[in-house]
Amino acid sequence: MDLFEYQGKQYFARYDIPVSPGGVANTVEEAVAQAETVGYPVVVKAQVQVGGRGKAGGIKLANSKAEVETHAGNILGMDIKGHVVRRLWIEKASDIAKEYYASFTLDRSAKQFMGMLSAKGGVDIEQVAQEDPNAIARIRVNPVDGLSEAACREWVMAAKLDDAATDGAVDILMKLYRCFTEGDADLVEINPLILTPDGRVHALDAKVTLDDSSSGRHPEWDAFRGLAQLEAREKMAKDKGLQYVGLDGSVGVIANGAGLAMSTCDTINQVGGSPANFLDIGGGADADVVAGALEVINTDPKVKVIFINIFGGVTRCDEVANGIVEAMSRVEIHSPLVIRLDGTNTKEGHEILEAHASDSMKIATTMIEAARKAVALVGG
Amino acid sequence: MAIFVDENTRVVVQGLTGSQGRYYGLRNRDYGTQVVAGTNPKKAGTDVEGIPVLASVKDAVRETGANASFVIVPAPFATAAIMEAAEAGIELIVCVTEHIPMHDEARMYNDLKRNFPNTRLIGPNCSGIISPGKCNIGFTPGEVAMQGHVGIVSRSGTLAYQSIYEMTLKGIGQSTAVGIGGDPVPGTSFIDCLEAFQADPETHGVVLIGEIGGSAEEEAAAYIKAKMNKPVVAYVAGVTAPAGKKMGHAGAIISGSKGTAGAKMDALRKAGARVANNPTELGDLMAEALAERK
Repeated sequence: MDLFEYQGKQYFARYDIPVSPGGVANTVEEAVAQAETVGYPVVVKAQVQVGGRGKAGGIKLANSKAEVETHAGNILGMDIKGHVVRRLWIEKASDIAKEYYASFTLDRSAKQFMGMLSAKGGVDIEQVAQEDPNAIARIRVNPVDGLSEAACREWVMAAKLDDAATDGAVDILMKLYRCFTEGDADLVEINPLILTPDGRVHALDAKVTLDDSSSGRHPEWDAFRGLAQLEAREKMAKDKGLQYVGLDGSVGVIANGAGLAMSTCDTINQVGGSPANFLDIGGGADADVVAGALEVINTDPKVKVIFINIFGGVTRCDEVANGIVEAMSRVEIHSPLVIRLDGTNTKEGHEILEAHASDSMKIATTMIEAARKAVALVGG
Repeated sequence: MAIFVDENTRVVVQGLTGSQGRYYGLRNRDYGTQVVAGTNPKKAGTDVEGIPVLASVKDAVRETGANASFVIVPAPFATAAIMEAAEAGIELIVCVTEHIPMHDEARMYNDLKRNFPNTRLIGPNCSGIISPGKCNIGFTPGEVAMQGHVGIVSRSGTLAYQSIYEMTLKGIGQSTAVGIGGDPVPGTSFIDCLEAFQADPETHGVVLIGEIGGSAEEEAAAYIKAKMNKPVVAYVAGVTAPAGKKMGHAGAIISGSKGTAGAKMDALRKAGARVANNPTELGDLMAEALAERK
């Protein structure tokens, strides 16, 4: 789960990481009220989960009530790379002497944690990594040992931050590591991490991705969840226990298994079509699950045809076919279906489906054949 | 021969008394796997259709000669179960459990590596391992497998089954098929499997199935180029996956511009692997590769 900046800052605050005082606003009036509370000058910041907010005009300095009204009015409703701004974060403006970058994440190839620290902050770190790789100091942390203060200090020295920032940076990075590990995050990132003219080190932004697999031991995450911008269909799928990701195309996809679902989308693309979604119904495929998946896809107006792609393994194809037939009698489906059943008891499965085959239900044996049939039904 | 498991593998099922554990434990036994015990401290002394339930993995090792473990317990108990098996001296642990917290998994991986270097963990969040005709641990439908000479390694379970089936349809049997799992810190990597397949005289070719996220396929490509002379046929899922979204598996996510299917396919192709555009092509490409080898 990706947090919004203000949620990330709330999460940072739990681990005593210094952030600027501020508050959330959903309207211009609320923005003014928050600004009056923290005191001018303030920064009005769009809350969207996408980089490049500043360049897009989503972050503005305001010195007065009138300026807050103007900026808040402009930014609310603004579209930043397809993300519509519905919420602002109003915070006390900081004096900035220097901007740095800091993060912790999992290094998947080393299978250990990696910290990145750079004296070049406030810009896209992937770009820094490409143009000036030596500007990033990396530290590898074995999760069994954790991060020692001595190792952290050595890392800060290697990053060549300003001398005045050393102690403050060590302190904040130790806290950030705690936030990463105890806070069960996949990623914690501060960009920029700033040094103020009076020598304080401080998080000016917060990017936090929480590990979804850890939500069971973090009841406090519920507060973040309600506010996440889940699309209605994604929410519906989630409530039914299905893995769903919306895409832009016209071929609805239902498959068993994440790999097969991805592969189904790719195969549609390969034959000139475009998938409307990724949907994994998981192992097995009983009537309830298939019906639930059809209900979710049925609400998508983009969908012109639905491709059900099942590999019968432990769940045999005849059982799956019965499940599909039963599901179809329960849900009224707006689009034609193409069904591909393969694996254990394919023949029996096909016999069951063929008894129900029609113009609006076609059957195929291979993925590629099924994908071609589906794309043909969309009409190119 | 086969890799990691064969007819001498003796399996203890941690979680045999749960509904999933019972179902798959018995299925694995029906396939012919030597399922010698289950564990549950509260039900020690009972049995599941003739399979004795013991208090601990240690007991299972001592009393039944178990040398492999099948961990099928809910996520909150999985890392403790794996460590219990390692401490009992089990050398092969297969864990199918999904949704283990990333930090627990990373700590466990490094703990095993440092303190139990001879223990191999396959998974978590994997479909299991099958050496057709000899041993099947996990979810793999043994019905579609056929004994033979092609090794299969896959992050995705369903795509592993699919590729086993594609091979079988072409009359190409399999030596061993390993599902390494969809999590960010898999206990066994592509390279571990490639190394074992390269060393196995009965394996003549390898199918590698990757997906978006991380750089395991790129690392596998470098290994193939440097160390392998057996043909490799590869497939990578997720060409159409958008950046920043987890596609079903915790590890299947494109971060920024890293971990795309395109980059992985390029790396594999450059390393000399034959890259299929869809799973159906895997069988054709392997048949072609094996014919050339002869």
